[in-house]
Amino acid sequence: MTYIAKPKFHHPGLKKNELGYTHRDYEGKISTLCAGCGHDSITASIIEACYELSIEPHRVAKISGIGCSSKTPDYFLGNSHGFNSVHGRMPSVLTGANLANRDLIYLGVSGDGDSASIGFGQFAHSIRRGVNMTYIVENNGVYGLTKGQFSATADRGSKSKKGVTNTDNAIDLVAIALQLGATFVARSFSGDKTQLVPLIAAAIRHKGASFIDVISPCIAFNNHAGSTKSFDYVREHNDAVNRLDVLVGRDPIAVDYAPGMVQVVEQHDGSKVALRKIDADYDPHDRLGAMTFLQKHAAKGQIVTGLLYVDPEAEDLHEHLNTVETPLNTLEADALCPGSAVLDKINASLR
Amino acid sequence: MPDKKPISSVNDFVVRFANVNGSGSASANELFARAILRHGVPVSPRNIFPSNIQGLPTWYEVRVTEAGHLGARGGVDMMVAMNPQTWDKDVAGIEPGGYLFYDSTKPMPSTKFRDDITVIGVPLTAITNSTYTDPRQRQLFKNIIYLGALCALLDMDPKVIEQLIGEQYKGKEKLLSSNVHALHLGRDWALQNLKCPIGLRIKRADKVGDRIFIEGNSAAALGAVYGGATVCAWYPITPSSSVAEAFTSHCKKYRHDPETGKAKYAIVQGEDELASIGIVIGASWNGARAFTATSGPGISLMTEFIGLSYFAEIPAVIMNIQRAGPSTGMPTRTQQCDIIACAYASHGDTKHVLLFPEDPAEAFEFAAASFDLAERLQTTIFLMLDLDIGMNHRLCRPLKWDDAKQYDRGKVMTAEMLEEGRDFGRYLDVDGDGIPYRTYPGTHPTKGSYFTRGTSRDRYARYSEEGPVYADNMQRLVRKFETAQDLVPRPLQANAERPTKYGVIYFGSTSPAMDEAIGLLEARGHQLDRLRIRAFPFHSSVASFLAEHDFVYVVEQNRDSQLRQLIVNENGIDPVRLVPIVHYDGTPITARFIAKAIGDHQDHLKVTPLRKAVS
Ligand SMILES: Cc1ncc(C[n+]2csc(CCOP(=O)(O)OP(=O)(O)O)c2C)c(N)n1
Ligand code: SF4
Repeated sequence: MTYIAKPKFHHPGLKKNELGYTHRDYEGKISTLCAGCGHDSITASIIEACYELSIEPHRVAKISGIGCSSKTPDYFLGNSHGFNSVHGRMPSVLTGANLANRDLIYLGVSGDGDSASIGFGQFAHSIRRGVNMTYIVENNGVYGLTKGQFSATADRGSKSKKGVTNTDNAIDLVAIALQLGATFVARSFSGDKTQLVPLIAAAIRHKGASFIDVISPCIAFNNHAGSTKSFDYVREHNDAVNRLDVLVGRDPIAVDYAPGMVQVVEQHDGSKVALRKIDADYDPHDRLGAMTFLQKHAAKGQIVTGLLYVDPEAEDLHEHLNTVETPLNTLEADALCPGSAVLDKINASLR
Repeated sequence: MPDKKPISSVNDFVVRFANVNGSGSASANELFARAILRHGVPVSPRNIFPSNIQGLPTWYEVRVTEAGHLGARGGVDMMVAMNPQTWDKDVAGIEPGGYLFYDSTKPMPSTKFRDDITVIGVPLTAITNSTYTDPRQRQLFKNIIYLGALCALLDMDPKVIEQLIGEQYKGKEKLLSSNVHALHLGRDWALQNLKCPIGLRIKRADKVGDRIFIEGNSAAALGAVYGGATVCAWYPITPSSSVAEAFTSHCKKYRHDPETGKAKYAIVQGEDELASIGIVIGASWNGARAFTATSGPGISLMTEFIGLSYFAEIPAVIMNIQRAGPSTGMPTRTQQCDIIACAYASHGDTKHVLLFPEDPAEAFEFAAASFDLAERLQTTIFLMLDLDIGMNHRLCRPLKWDDAKQYDRGKVMTAEMLEEGRDFGRYLDVDGDGIPYRTYPGTHPTKGSYFTRGTSRDRYARYSEEGPVYADNMQRLVRKFETAQDLVPRPLQANAERPTKYGVIYFGSTSPAMDEAIGLLEARGHQLDRLRIRAFPFHSSVASFLAEHDFVYVVEQNRDSQLRQLIVNENGIDPVRLVPIVHYDGTPITARFIAKAIGDHQDHLKVTPLRKAVS
């Protein structure tokens, strides 16, 4: 299997963003995933969000684990560095990368197998450390790349393609992220671009650990009757809590003014997230409320989507560690090495 | 009077303190070692401790050695027996003619002593209890009181110890004076009630010079500071934890921006070793110098990532402070037992660079150099220490740094170079040394980005599972490893006075014992050339050394003679010519052991010493 090169053709009429980039500048290699895989829709949403935010593509570092989902960073932002690390350990690699250079944007892409099983620990710890990142789990309830085994997010009672019933309880990554202190927690559906694109954009703007669980049907192994992650099932059970848009700088992107209450969430960097509430009483600043809300709907067999929680004042790991503003990877001997005079003093103290 | 004439020795003996873990004796015992050092007499102390926190036996051994032998000697000339639990074993371990120092508050039956040793009783508990009421004070000061008594018995200058106490409690006057008081309590009692000094004595000398007294782990951590490490991720494990702890305290002292007070480093205690090495790899991928410190079990967990580092060519520095394994074997005992595990760590065809420092000074030097090597070679570098160097104070030459030194960041293609139109293929062997160029993330808007992966790819980092493409890459990695041979520290050779057909190879913490053993072997009439290996891949001089000698002993501290296996494997040499000399009971190898093992083998070969053959 080798790459399929994408033609470098830009239509002169393509719309440009603030930086003069077109959509094509945010694309990557042609996907080698199954046609119709939910992960490809997420890729499209990531491209859209980065385009809308006018991010310089090369300022993004995209890091993943192993799995179909973890392959996707190759399919977006072709001009940025990507890292397909090892199974389940994207979070640590991302944490290290982030420590080395706080100035880039860190996008972590993972699967439910990757994050909820082998990588459950790393998922949890990167979130509790407050690594400034956007952590997206492309959640299909199965192991795609190894051909359809249940993952830990598969619901109890759901059936595998081979007809096996899952007897284990499911892990709800969103609930865990909330409990671990993630400062931005959302869930969406790969097919719902209107909801997903602004969620990704808001997560990128958020400073601190942002987590988005995206239900992403696997066309090959999890789109059958009895699955709780199929297109049909999700569409039926999707109970959206809100819609949101991102307002960046002075030129806010037009908001779709549907009826209902609008809530403006101010991010740490000054950018504003306007939430359009569907549930009038939902408050995305209330962690406890979010947890209860989730549990209540989960009990009804419903999947709650939308921005569930955000702390606009969040701090990130660099703040916890009180590191210098200059990226650590640019510091050289003059800044780092205490020098021979200090060493002489150290020697003297050791006699 | 004992049966055997009491040992009489100035500045050359071994004192061993038997204590109970958690009794606060460690600092008093260390004070004893330092005091001797301040008399200008070299010491080589060793901590022998159990894998528990409180209650189990612990020993601290001080080898007083005017000749400067820094390996363990074996045998005990004076036992300070403060632990009833280990009394019988402790008493039995004293050399004939040696001394037993004990707390005589409670009378002991005479069967508890030996006739061929001198028994010295000091009613420590009685003295302590009559002076202090607080139980913790009683426990702590008892240690200083026995130190005071030893000061009188060994004819040490109390001023030296007072001065050391003064340095330790600078600014804490109350603690200072109470410690000095306890010291004199013990010393005065001994002077008044015992025959002081005994046969073992400390006499001022001038044998320490400008050498420093430091633990290997602390020196390695300082090497990381000087070497420019900015990211450290680690997970606690004995005997490596003190590397990260020392790195933290060195950084706090030397790495804060004076204006903002902000840290020019990031230290994360990972949730496990998997995360720690992942953080190191992520940070190094992104252009920072990063390291982790661990021990054998941690290495096992890291191996998948180590394979990634090798294949995806990402720098990483791992300090492995070895302990006796496998598994939790003897977690607080020393060995050099992860040679094979580290040299070939991970799955598939992998080979890694190993560095073997012999003492803290080299640990500092090699630790600093490992970051240059990791970036130059874009691969994992293992700094192979062990508990014996890592957690013991060793006398070594002062640490040195050349202020003109710039870090070797390896082959990094910059935005300017890309702008110039330089061809960037992440895995292109531009210079024929097997080392490709890399770019840091975020370098250029349109050029130089690539996708890092553990899966096969072509020279331009494009995913490919074509056989020839994979093989081409694996061959280049071999070339890179060959390049490494000339970049790593070379072996050091020392030849015997006369030409000899016999050689000995050794490495790391075995060095001081080996150096001393050579003298013992010469005294037995055996001449050997020595080669101290300092790194893997082996430099070509290793092959030459093997070719020049009929038999080469390989001295190491593990059961399976792992370095020997590696030499056989990498040099395609007849294994019969490499004679394993192994010591692996968890205690540091001694000169006596090496000299006996090699000497017996030489005798067995019915070797006629060359001296006789020639004459
Ligand atoms: C250490 C290790 N164990 C197992 C595997 C095999 N493996 C590859 S992908 C995968 C599961 C991926 O599932 P998920 O993260 O849900 O991604 P999806 O393919 O469903 O998108 C597994 C088990 C591996 N690569 N590494
Ligand atoms: S197997 Fe499933 S997850 Fe993998 S590419 Fe195909 S549809 Fe997507």
